[in-house]
Amino acid sequence: MYIDFSTSIYLKEGEKMNRKILIPIVAIVAIAIIAMGVFAYQSLSTPTQTITLNGAGASFPFPLIDKWAAEYHKIKSNIQVNYQSIGSGGGIRQHTEKTVQFAASDAPLTEQQFANATNSLHIPMTIGGVAITYNVPGIPTGLKFSGEVLAEIFLGNIPKWNDPKLAELNPSVTLPDQNIVVVHRSDGSGTTYIFTNYLSDISTQWKTTVGKSTSVNWPVGIGGKGNEGVAGAVSQNPYSIGYVEFIYAKKNNLPWGFVKNSAGEYVEPSLDSFSKAASFAAVTLPRGDQSWSAVSIVDSLVNNAQATGAYPITSFSYFLVYKELNVLPNMNKDTAQALVDFLWWTIHDGQNYSADLVYVPLPQEVRTNNEATVRMISFNGEQLYKS
Amino acid sequence: MKPLEVEGKQSMKTTRKPSTFIDNFSVRISKILKKFSKGDNLFKLLTAVVASSIFIILGLMVYELTIQSQLSIQRFGIEFFVGTKWDPAISQVFGALPLILGTLATSAIALLIGVPVSLGIGLALSEFSPKRFGFAVSFLVELLAAIPSVIYGLWGIFTLIPFLRNNVYLPLEAMFGFIPLFSGPVYGGGVLTAGIVLAIMIIPTVSAVSRDAFSAVPDTQREAMISLGATKWETAKTVMSYARTGVIGAIILGLGRAVGETMAVTMVIGNKFQLLPASLFDAWYTMSAIIANEFTEATYDLYVSALIEVGLALFFIALIINILARLVVWRSLRLVRGIARE
Repeated sequence: MYIDFSTSIYLKEGEKMNRKILIPIVAIVAIAIIAMGVFAYQSLSTPTQTITLNGAGASFPFPLIDKWAAEYHKIKSNIQVNYQSIGSGGGIRQHTEKTVQFAASDAPLTEQQFANATNSLHIPMTIGGVAITYNVPGIPTGLKFSGEVLAEIFLGNIPKWNDPKLAELNPSVTLPDQNIVVVHRSDGSGTTYIFTNYLSDISTQWKTTVGKSTSVNWPVGIGGKGNEGVAGAVSQNPYSIGYVEFIYAKKNNLPWGFVKNSAGEYVEPSLDSFSKAASFAAVTLPRGDQSWSAVSIVDSLVNNAQATGAYPITSFSYFLVYKELNVLPNMNKDTAQALVDFLWWTIHDGQNYSADLVYVPLPQEVRTNNEATVRMISFNGEQLYKS
Repeated sequence: MKPLEVEGKQSMKTTRKPSTFIDNFSVRISKILKKFSKGDNLFKLLTAVVASSIFIILGLMVYELTIQSQLSIQRFGIEFFVGTKWDPAISQVFGALPLILGTLATSAIALLIGVPVSLGIGLALSEFSPKRFGFAVSFLVELLAAIPSVIYGLWGIFTLIPFLRNNVYLPLEAMFGFIPLFSGPVYGGGVLTAGIVLAIMIIPTVSAVSRDAFSAVPDTQREAMISLGATKWETAKTVMSYARTGVIGAIILGLGRAVGETMAVTMVIGNKFQLLPASLFDAWYTMSAIIANEFTEATYDLYVSALIEVGLALFFIALIINILARLVVWRSLRLVRGIARE
């Protein structure tokens, strides 16, 4: 082929060969080279047989899952994990439509969603929390809040910073006589879900007029897009208050408030206080193949006076997979096996990468529950995790 | 290499007696090509296919949007366009009127600020500026068009909002706070900020198209004006009225961008769902912003359907604006022709 090509150039220069002949020759040679390249690439990669695991869903755990994918690829070079952070809602939809092999969501499937995606398993993979951030000139981090006061502020019932209810919690701080500017997330998000879940548990007025959802009809305040939008609005507006993902607050050194838990302590958001919260909730976790719609760390803590050290606005982030992987189209046994091995790894060794990325490692109680769940996964009736 | 026209007469001259397989092959191909190129039929067919694909794409879009928003259309009917409540959590009621008003208002502010500036740029470039300066300006203006909208949004959040808040809005509120339009509270982000960001975003389009419209005005017009002793401003006025249709077209293009702009607006408007804002400084919401904000986490079918219906409504609003603008253009065209006839 190469010789043909060079002689044809020679011919062209030497004998003034018709240019029109050259064009088809060049085209044929180019196609041949590309074809050879593709063929060579395929034959090179066949011995290792790359397995691709496709997932999609929540954006909150994306940095962690991305890290897991990279680290796991180092251990098993033939396994490639692709995760698209399209949001929990999108993840649940793709899981229901069986277009991904695993999904991730910040909220468990509702009863309806669970019914639509029969035999789904919930595997909590990490834990997140919501920090209350504010901008009150002269007041550093550590202002104290209770759930009742937060609900009243976000309902607009406490309009000023020096309101007696807030002053009572912070006797040593001189609060200014200024209007509170409320900032909330404008985009649908798991963060909003956790926060409104908490406020719904605390306040009946919140529960009946605003409710809990990824987006709600906010009674007061302005909406910022994403954590950065909320943080931007809070930092630019003196006397404002907002809520952001803990990771974002931590990485950007935002001031945050302490929140009163059901044991009566004022707790700072931290990996430790989230982990404690999760381990108290883990006592009542359902089996992996049952409905998790009622699972909420927030709900389980709200009346638990024993939950010392636990931060009340905390939540799991979940992997969603099918119990019988053969229900997925284009699933074969090798891929199913790779998926199960990957999941097992994430809930064990994978957890070691959490703290560096400011994610909460799973407490032992949750891991034990997850192990049982991963053991349930099968392909054509055959259990995949052995030992 | 010669361009493609080689296929024509030239090849006839140089074609040798076919001796090899490749020669045979290429002659056959060129014969086939020639057959198709007869009367440019192939080219005509090709352009027709490409042009009609617009109808197909638009048709499919309307069809798909309508199908997907069925649930919401059946549930709310006309209530969707006059409703003022957007509550995905408890009552699951969706009404889009505040969004429609927000979209129209921010676009109007954008035009109010952006169009005079753009026409000024266009006039300066086509009438007054030295060539090299004009080149530099139009290069920079076109660069503005290449900036992604999320960058405008971030710049809005971190630079424009603090600046406007401290240097413009707070003084304005202090001086004219008694007028409802300028009353507080001042957040920084809000209706006016969104309008300003949009104005900056439409300037490249409007100024570039209007410059072209001004340049297309025949020089005889200018010469006639000058010979009558007109000042530069009077000449410019004539140029503007001559190029009226082009300018209207430019404004429509700008308006189209303002109505549909999503990312930058949602980042600076404050995203507050309310029928009317308290003042120019208050937060509001637009149609495209709510879709961008809530679509990814819309968790149930009716919710998704309502968001898609917002998209459908946005589509029709854009359509109505375009039709109205077309009517204006036609009317002014007829006016011009009428004058010419007289």
